[in-house]
Amino acid sequence: MSKVETAILDQAGIARAVTRIAHEILEHNKGCSNLALIGIRSGGDHLASLLRARISDIEGVEVPIGEVDITMYRDDLAARGNLPIGKTSIPFPLDGIDVVLVDDVLYTGRTIRSAMDALMDFGRPSTIQLAVLIDRGHRELPIRADYVGRNVPTAHDEEVAVTFNEDLSPQDVRLVKP
Amino acid sequence: MSFKHKHILGIEQMSKEDIETILDTADAFKEINSRDIKKVPTLRGKTIINAFFEASTRTRLSFEIAGKRLSADTVNISGSTSSVVKGETLEDTAKNIEAMAPDIIVIRHGHSGSPHYLAERVNCSVVNAGDGAHEHPSQALLDMMTMREHKGNIEGLDVAIIGDITHSRVVRSNIYCLSRMGARVRLCGPGTMLPPGIEQLGNVKVYTDMRDAIKGVDVVMMLRIQMERQSNTMLPSLREYARFYGLNPTNVKLAKPDAIVMHPGPMNRGVEISSVVADGVQNVILDQVENGVAVRMALLYLVSGVESMQTT
Repeated sequence: MSKVETAILDQAGIARAVTRIAHEILEHNKGCSNLALIGIRSGGDHLASLLRARISDIEGVEVPIGEVDITMYRDDLAARGNLPIGKTSIPFPLDGIDVVLVDDVLYTGRTIRSAMDALMDFGRPSTIQLAVLIDRGHRELPIRADYVGRNVPTAHDEEVAVTFNEDLSPQDVRLVKP
Repeated sequence: MSFKHKHILGIEQMSKEDIETILDTADAFKEINSRDIKKVPTLRGKTIINAFFEASTRTRLSFEIAGKRLSADTVNISGSTSSVVKGETLEDTAKNIEAMAPDIIVIRHGHSGSPHYLAERVNCSVVNAGDGAHEHPSQALLDMMTMREHKGNIEGLDVAIIGDITHSRVVRSNIYCLSRMGARVRLCGPGTMLPPGIEQLGNVKVYTDMRDAIKGVDVVMMLRIQMERQSNTMLPSLREYARFYGLNPTNVKLAKPDAIVMHPGPMNRGVEISSVVADGVQNVILDQVENGVAVRMALLYLVSGVESMQTT
């Protein structure tokens, strides 16, 4: 049986959402002097780069950027066998700064929980905020996003697919029904 | 991921893909060792027994730190302080250890094949930390990681391994590993320390003149003269050995100008390696030790993943 796919966002739609999120982050944090972006691999890291470029367009400042792989912090690792471990790179101290975690899709919230645990092992940020391109609901933990590109109501058996171009810029977002 | 080994008994059983999976995982884990808080919760709740029936500082410490940084509980037993001295057999010791439900046993033993023997008799994972003159897989893997960091790629490298080839488990693991990764191995040592037929283990050429062996190589790996495994008949004197098979500032120039110098430790300064070379700019000996922790973290993580998939 073939899967049914519905387009949620195209490239221009993603660009507009990211631009709005960039403005919201700057407004909320009153600029970007104490700001850093950390993308969750893989997907969130590419979006973080895009967000950083947008912030640079608006404010003329290149904010520090890092990436985190949450495999080592998963709560279901024992049941998943050996998943490949990706690289974590946070080349700046986290103590006292405002960190915006960036991910492509927010679902159960478990990935965000893992990412926050990982960040805490690197230091004590002043705040951790969360920016996501898509919030698809179905939270299993008390976690919410501060900046959302698009809220998309979904069923559990559906899948939200974010595809990226070869240059790692986001291409589109589709809802895949089984 | 395709890694399917519940036990790490030797490199002989591993494919090129297995080795690359281990090295890539180790690359990712290496970053943890430079953090302020050097701990991740990955193996929380797992128990690892380090059973070292033979003397070891580096390897035991390295496995213990690797386990602890992944949040596993690591417990050490050593030959001299265990019931082995009271005459308990390896099988009985193993059965008793197993009754305490560990997830991984890391074993170092003076007899070749003891990790295999153990793996057939216990349900948990077994990791070989050196068995007799057979294999020392984690050492070869940390050597690969260090070569890959310094040379970019292992394929096509010329690697000279100099010293007591007969007694060296490091050599056997390295021959398998380097051959599988597409490097060329040159072995060199006194005739009494070169076992016949060793070239059949892999992509190996045997030399008796050290100058020929290191001419133009990318990597020079010196082996320790294992005093504890020597009989008097193999070496006339250490001084003579140092003259013909020791690495010194003169003969190291025969290798490529950017060649790296490796040693699995512990070094006998003034015997197989002169202090000038051991502390020189080409040496990567402490990089090897640093990478050892990351490689062992990768091994513990990967076998643990395979194990949990089989029990769930």
